[in-house]
Amino acid sequence: MNFKEAVKKSGKNIIGSLPIMFSVLLLVNLVLPLGKDYYLKLFSGNLLTDPLMGAAAGSLSFGIPITSYIIGGELLLAGISLVAITAFIMTWTTVGVVMLPLEGKYLGKKFAIIRNGVNFVFSIVIAILTVATLNLFR
Amino acid sequence: MKKIRIKTSYKFLLVMGAVYLLLAVFNFGYFKIALSSFFSMLERIVPVMFLVFGVMVLVNLFFTEKRMRKHLGEGSGVKGWLYVIFTGIIISGPPYVLYPLLGELKEKGMKDSLLAVFLFNRNVKIPFIPVMIFYFGWGFAVVLSLYIVLFSVLNGLLVGALVKKRG
Repeated sequence: MNFKEAVKKSGKNIIGSLPIMFSVLLLVNLVLPLGKDYYLKLFSGNLLTDPLMGAAAGSLSFGIPITSYIIGGELLLAGISLVAITAFIMTWTTVGVVMLPLEGKYLGKKFAIIRNGVNFVFSIVIAILTVATLNLFR
Repeated sequence: MKKIRIKTSYKFLLVMGAVYLLLAVFNFGYFKIALSSFFSMLERIVPVMFLVFGVMVLVNLFFTEKRMRKHLGEGSGVKGWLYVIFTGIIISGPPYVLYPLLGELKEKGMKDSLLAVFLFNRNVKIPFIPVMIFYFGWGFAVVLSLYIVLFSVLNGLLVGALVKKRG
């Protein structure tokens, strides 16, 4: 691929992601002020329930990782714990409940179910470890 | 009459536009808060998106799909594991684009464990790392990326073993 083609492909990718990104940002800004107090009650900072709920929310959503970083970043600013957001970011890409039928079709049903289940657990473990490691250096 | 097909992403945007319009009519105060928050968020993200674009160009320039395919087949050994980690990180694209490609590679002998490793490493996306750093800082981006890469190997071994066991 030459430079011109690389620029064209990357530009196409970025432009292609704009409608969904704008939509998600509009949705986030619509919901965030409404749910600010509710989120803070739901995510209490508990090291076990917070990542579990974050992972569940990420599993039900899907899209390019950048969207999860933006949503996660804004939720962090709203006061939600980093461990919940990390689990959310992790499952956003690695667990896809919506994509399960498609994954099963191409890679096998058994593979898809096992992989998604293992990834869900690993996402919670990684979220806890990441935050614990960061706390060690603070 | 020719039927006009609208992409789901544009439909989503149209729906959000309609919701904001309704909000402007029925609750202008809330509409103003949501919209100004949207624009301030956008203002923060736009410069980072230029950086994302630059990294994407470099990735597309140096890592082609054809080059990746060559190194992921059966009997690739430790090199295959390292390559699949690298490929999972480098290749970008939505799952509905990647699954057919991976299905094809599976048919050609790619192991389940390697497929799992590839899919797990999709979480480390070099072009998007500036956004992660912007929101969560350098430390978070480095620690999380390292854990993803380390755990991807465990993930591959476990998924591979479980799929085999339930044969």
